[in-house]
Amino acid sequence: MSDRASPLADAATATAALEPIAPDAVPEAAGAPPPPQAGAASGRRAWLLTDAPASRSQAAWGRRYQAWLAFRRNPLAMAGLGVILIMLLLILLAPLLATHDPGIQELGNRLAAPSAAHWLGTDELGRDVWSRLLYGGRITLGMVVAVVLLVAPVGLLVGCVAGYAGGLWDRLLMRVTDVFLAFPRLILALAFVAAMGPGVESAVIAIALTAWPPYARLARAETLTIRRTDYVAAARMTGASPARVVLRHVLPMCLPSLVVRVTLDMSSIILTAAGLGFLGLGAQPPLPEWGTMIATARRFILEQWWVAVMPGIAIFAASLAFNLLGDGLRDVLDPKQR
Amino acid sequence: MIDIAKLDVRFGTNHAVRGVSFRVAPGETFGLVGESGSGKSTVLRAVAGLVTEWTGRIAVDGKPLGRQRDRAFFRLVQMVFQDPYGSLHPRQTVDRILSEPLAVHGFADADARILRALEEVALPRAARFRYPHQLSGGQRQRVAIARALIADPRVLLLDEPTSALDVSVQAEVLNLLADLRAARGLTCILVSHNLAVVAHLCGRLAVMQGGRVVEELDEAALRTGRAVHPHTQDLIRLSRDLETA
Amino acid sequence: MSAPNLPGEPLVAVRNLHVDFPSATGVTQAVRGVSFAIGREKLGIVGESGSGKSVTGRALMGLLPGSATVRADVLRFGTTDILHASEREMRTLRGGRIGLILQDPKYSLNPVMTAGAQIAEALRAHSRLGRREARDAALAALEAVQIRDPRRVADAYPHELSGGMGQRVMIAMMLAPNPELLIADEPTSALDASVQAEILRLIEELVDRRGMALMLISHDLPLVSRFCDRVAVLYAGQVMEELPAADLHRATHAYTRGLLECLPSLDHKRERLATLRRDPSWLAPHA
Repeated sequence: MSDRASPLADAATATAALEPIAPDAVPEAAGAPPPPQAGAASGRRAWLLTDAPASRSQAAWGRRYQAWLAFRRNPLAMAGLGVILIMLLLILLAPLLATHDPGIQELGNRLAAPSAAHWLGTDELGRDVWSRLLYGGRITLGMVVAVVLLVAPVGLLVGCVAGYAGGLWDRLLMRVTDVFLAFPRLILALAFVAAMGPGVESAVIAIALTAWPPYARLARAETLTIRRTDYVAAARMTGASPARVVLRHVLPMCLPSLVVRVTLDMSSIILTAAGLGFLGLGAQPPLPEWGTMIATARRFILEQWWVAVMPGIAIFAASLAFNLLGDGLRDVLDPKQR
Repeated sequence: MIDIAKLDVRFGTNHAVRGVSFRVAPGETFGLVGESGSGKSTVLRAVAGLVTEWTGRIAVDGKPLGRQRDRAFFRLVQMVFQDPYGSLHPRQTVDRILSEPLAVHGFADADARILRALEEVALPRAARFRYPHQLSGGQRQRVAIARALIADPRVLLLDEPTSALDVSVQAEVLNLLADLRAARGLTCILVSHNLAVVAHLCGRLAVMQGGRVVEELDEAALRTGRAVHPHTQDLIRLSRDLETA
Repeated sequence: MSAPNLPGEPLVAVRNLHVDFPSATGVTQAVRGVSFAIGREKLGIVGESGSGKSVTGRALMGLLPGSATVRADVLRFGTTDILHASEREMRTLRGGRIGLILQDPKYSLNPVMTAGAQIAEALRAHSRLGRREARDAALAALEAVQIRDPRRVADAYPHELSGGMGQRVMIAMMLAPNPELLIADEPTSALDASVQAEILRLIEELVDRRGMALMLISHDLPLVSRFCDRVAVLYAGQVMEELPAADLHRATHAYTRGLLECLPSLDHKRERLATLRRDPSWLAPHA
């Protein structure tokens, strides 16, 4: 019997009295009297942070608010969230913020250095890099989000089902996973694009096809330990169907490691998309896309560095921000961390 | 109420339970005693349907059971696990934990039942929207008991329900179990390594060693030490030894 | 290893020990003014989970996490002031002059090293022994904890040993450098009753024979009083009562009495178990 997290509280609460075990919520709510003008706001705050919520929805909102408070305490995660929000804002407002049409070529003004007319310079066809970055963000981030939305649920479900069901199902699903894992990414993508025709959608599907197996493996490994726990046995004892046990009890426990894995994968997804674009299989030439922009600009990287570096910075900032956000989310997803 | 005959459990080459037979009458509490590895928890898990690698006969309420149990079985039989730190889902609030069985069995009066269940195990209403890690060990075990009883089962399987708790909390939980058993007329099987706990709750018990039941005796025989098998005598002597410090 | 010790002073002196852990919502006081002394004797520290008993033992070994703040008027082992000792000095204490046995050998033994290799390594960390000498000393240590076939056990990996055997290996490892104090933190709570008694008897015998001091930390009051000379009962980070183990049935403090009375008994039938009424005044800081 080791001493656990809050030793004093634990010893004093063996009887059913609850008062000493309020690790969160209380200190803020019970602090100094609210400033006079913030009456409504502090009332809402107290309602959210109450120790004894009156209803399920109040408790749920209180939990969300506390998760937000916990998230806010993590400056790096907040920075990540900030960068992502700014990027979203920029690409949503691209038509307003862009100084030029991203497709218009100005061959007389190729590879111009950054100037008042072209804030980030121009590329090898004289197109404005700043405007292309803004519009390219729509395609690049859109592809990343699409891939993640396709990959994470599939991988999670396949892994959890395989891990929980075991036996034949496990072997079957994992061999399928291995088959996909064994395909070289670009070969599979080439085959796929040959069938579907090149384009952003084909690229997304091609990347998704090759990206889900690691998620399935990860989710399966987590599930193998989770399914032996007593709380899963207890869930089975409620009479719940296997589907319910997997979806409501096992899957949420796999989420945190998956979130981290997803955010770590973001940059590699961007780069794979760029690779496909470079081979002419992803975003097609007139379309601005960050990876493709770097790929075509690599010839001038020594003399006209800005052409390659600007999209590089964008990819770097996006990847880093997603990583930081993912780390913060993982902490918040675990109620024990709060 | 519970009839077990020639129960064998094998995990691969490990023959964990060997030909165990016993019967438990309605309203009775039957104890299973033994050291770790004696197979006592495995018997309980086979009855609960959590272990499927068994052969023999398990019947509850006169109906022989198969390896897969239907929903009606889980209305009838419920279980409390040893470790209240492990048996409550760490990401679910008490409210959610208690709602699960009600949702599975389609109870309409879920809200009222949750409040009643909390009251029954003497947990304050404030505990309802907390996470398990915000509760003490004893409170967690109360939540586990509330979860087991919320759909009104008639059989309660108890797997070392107090061995992870402090002695003062153990006393409270044992009293609670005794009260609930009396109020609801529950039939129970209690697995424990602690003879004093078993003697306190059980009228009859079986002593297990190496997967076999070596002796079946009643509470009086246990208390007065009228055991026949040497292993039972050993266990009684050890228990006495530590009790009379 | 001679014991530099103040004449006439106990081996361990702890006066007014406080340990605080910072937490998200302020400071958790795990130990609040614990005082005791250990000579060449067996002291039992008893308390429920969260009473601060393990933290007290770890403070004595300097094994608390860096975030903990430790304050004491006196925290001394032999002539070493633990509060101000350097990490280097503490290393010679830990595993050399103080041995620590933890609850579950499954977690405290290295799973990828054989038992013999682990003992040998522990020996070599504290003395200049050659490989072969260390191996022989390890076998001798295993023999000393009454393992019948020391060679087989020395070549076994921890997962190949039973719980009781693992705990014996742990004891052998800790006793090999001839420590002056053995801290046993719940050494038998993961074991069956029969093995539990064996292990405790073994610890008792070894401690007596070598004239060591023993600090036995446990939640089990009857058990501790059986194997110790004196018992200190902890509640919420304070000593409620300290008394000779033989006088346990004459304990005066309501908490100690409550702990004893709430145990179910094999001898007497009780319809209801007495429950412990926690008096808020127990929480008040002692003078």
